[in-house]
Amino acid sequence: MAREPLLLPRPEGLYCPAGDFFIDPLRPVPRALITHGHSDHARPGHGAVLATRQTLDIMAIRYGEEFCTSRQAYDGPVTLGEATVSFHPAGHVLGSAQIAVEGRGCRIVVSGDYARVPSPTCASFEPVPCDIFVTEATFALPVFRHPPPEVEIARLLASVAAFPERSHLIGAYALGKAQRLIGALRQAGWDAPIYIHGALQRLCDYHIAGGIDLGDLRPATGGTKADFAGAIVIAPPSAFAATWAQRFPDPVISFASGWMQVRARARQRGVELPLIISDHVDWPHLTDTITELNPAEVWITHGREDALMRWCELNQRKARPLHLVGYEDEAE
Amino acid sequence: MSLAAFATLLERLAFTPQRLGKERLLAQAFSDTLDPQRGLMLAAITGDLKLRQVTPSLLRGLAETRVDAQLFAASYDFVGDLAETIALIWPEGTRSDPPLSEVVEELSTTPKTRLPALIISRLDSLGPSERYAYLKLATGALRVGVSARLARTAFATWANLPVTEVEEIWHALTPPYLDLFAWAAGSAPRPEAAARAPFRPVMLSTATDLEQLSALDPSAYAAEWKWDGIRIQAVSDGGTRRLYSRTGEDISTAFPDIVDLMDFDGTLDGELLVRRGDEIASFGDLQQRLNRKTVTPAMLRSHPAGLRLYDVLIWNGQDLRDQPYDARRAVLAQAVAPLGHRIDLSPELDFQTWDELAALRLNPPATVIEGVMIKRRDSPYLAGRMKGPWFKWKRDPHLIDAVLMYAQRGHGKRSGYYSDFTFGVWNGDDLVPVGKAYFGFTDAELKDLDRFVRSNTVERFGSVRSVARTKVVEVAFEGLNRSTRHKSGVAMRFPRINRIRDDKPAVEADHLSTLQAMLERDA
Repeated sequence: MAREPLLLPRPEGLYCPAGDFFIDPLRPVPRALITHGHSDHARPGHGAVLATRQTLDIMAIRYGEEFCTSRQAYDGPVTLGEATVSFHPAGHVLGSAQIAVEGRGCRIVVSGDYARVPSPTCASFEPVPCDIFVTEATFALPVFRHPPPEVEIARLLASVAAFPERSHLIGAYALGKAQRLIGALRQAGWDAPIYIHGALQRLCDYHIAGGIDLGDLRPATGGTKADFAGAIVIAPPSAFAATWAQRFPDPVISFASGWMQVRARARQRGVELPLIISDHVDWPHLTDTITELNPAEVWITHGREDALMRWCELNQRKARPLHLVGYEDEAE
Repeated sequence: MSLAAFATLLERLAFTPQRLGKERLLAQAFSDTLDPQRGLMLAAITGDLKLRQVTPSLLRGLAETRVDAQLFAASYDFVGDLAETIALIWPEGTRSDPPLSEVVEELSTTPKTRLPALIISRLDSLGPSERYAYLKLATGALRVGVSARLARTAFATWANLPVTEVEEIWHALTPPYLDLFAWAAGSAPRPEAAARAPFRPVMLSTATDLEQLSALDPSAYAAEWKWDGIRIQAVSDGGTRRLYSRTGEDISTAFPDIVDLMDFDGTLDGELLVRRGDEIASFGDLQQRLNRKTVTPAMLRSHPAGLRLYDVLIWNGQDLRDQPYDARRAVLAQAVAPLGHRIDLSPELDFQTWDELAALRLNPPATVIEGVMIKRRDSPYLAGRMKGPWFKWKRDPHLIDAVLMYAQRGHGKRSGYYSDFTFGVWNGDDLVPVGKAYFGFTDAELKDLDRFVRSNTVERFGSVRSVARTKVVEVAFEGLNRSTRHKSGVAMRFPRINRIRDDKPAVEADHLSTLQAMLERDA
């Protein structure tokens, strides 16, 4: 009889029989290990949850304290059944971790979503040697070569200078992207107040409480149109369609996302100033990471797996797509 | 203007949503740029730079010298625009910033055999947005959300000239438009002399239906068949003969057989059709002759073109556009007679009431008729599409309920969405594909379909996803042809997704026999 694998895809998500747990399960399960707080990876309703302290806090902020039956904050390697698990920074969002699962003479690293561009908002990606590397493929096409964030921030600030009478309204997801953007603006020397939509408030507060300096943040409410002239306002993209956006003077609509590299995406969203700022690996970072780790096998969770499979084939690497249904394919 | 400045302009035009904003950007560029660069810039935007055609297949071949063909195909599939895909995927090299004129000059003079080497060396020495601008120039299709008309309007506004005066001489002008800019600056007269056989803006109709018509007096209107060819303007002016498309594109070279027949002096409005004896061939036959630079003698024999005339704008030096429709038709009837049997008058329909016209519309004498046109007898010939004087009353589309079978990502505006759908109908217990549609739906419906495809994929074949056979869509189409290429034996004309039928289970979708009966009936 063939030995049972250490991890295998199930409809609920990636499962470890040796330790009887799931990683980032898509449906409620008795025991879940969570890589990071984005809602397609961190879902409510599980029994026991093991994650980093920040990921647990973020889940509580989003879903309420009752989001699972019992929780355990990661604090060094844990043995679960016949498997040992350890968490390592993924560089994606605050609290994001890669999960290394070790047992039966094999080590698998489940990276979750990850980024290699350093951000002041979270610990940088730590390469963990492994036999099998489980990777995302969100931007796994050779067209995705994201420029350095400082180049994009410079474009934004140039636009702010060129249109002093308008406000710049930037779409950014509430967890991670918004703070990454604010952090990058602060690093570039923008020390004016940054106005944020109410939906970003609690998560920004949580970052600040964790010692991350986001500078002077103010709620984007009240005031007259003139007060927002020349201002930078950050909001979840969904807010743009709402009447909320009407309070700003002739806003320059912008969106911070790796997808903004493709013109049609920017135009579909009615974006006037596309900002290529991503918290995922682009193609060079993704392929370089695989080369650096040099695992015996690559498993691909979600995104453009066909292209990454092809790259692995061209580079004589063993690879398989997991076809896990339910992770956001193109949110970022 | 350097290529980098041109690239920046294209980028800003593409992402500026308002028409007024685009006009302002163009005006700024006209002011800031010197001759001849600004004329070349304008010509690039209006599509009037006649560069050596760089074909998509040539570009794809070049890309595959740098990137694996499969990875390139997957990238193109995702990005949805060939030039953009290559601009993004091309390995970084050195950076240079040549003047626009240098790039235009070499693209128009380099022999075809040396084009690939030229393009490679340029791509190797440009940054990503310059690569994009360069490839857009080379392929001749900028697609930056600025139409030729908008660019001309922006020019006219900037130069403080009436836009119709610019439009009417446009076709006689050649880049870099030194005479045009001199006229704008007031240092030279309007470039009149060159403006032989100019295009005049065409009059267009709006859609109507029986309900709207019932409020109107039928005796005030004339009606004629709406012929399914392409609308043209035939101009013969002091020996210069030109055939224009509805948008003012000169298509004379593709139709030398028509130009030969244009033995008159005037400007006529009509429909271009393929005619064999008395029979008008289908639009499919006409399509064989479109989009060709030159036409072979065999094609001229097998697909002879003809005109069916609707109106006259100018006749023997007299501008008739201010005269009422009836008066123009009287002139037209006299004018047509000596032009030979391949040019004739579109006959007026005999009706007293709208119901009588409705009955005629339901039973047209030929399948190449796609409805009726209704024109106010006292209306002058006006430029553009205004509601009132002219109506089109198209025949109702055919409708069937079909099941979604396969989906592919869209291109251009739709890139990133699963927006190309193959649908099928029942043949016994099996579904057979009967057509493909990639429009007709609203944006909200597109999102719904896209979500359905993503969460109901059962199999993938490269870029094609096979989906669970559960989604029913109502497909509208204009007609059916027999097909040997399709397994089902039928091919639809102009199919589009009319609405989503979530109220209908897949088993209740239509059967192939319904379509076959339709074919029998039309035959």
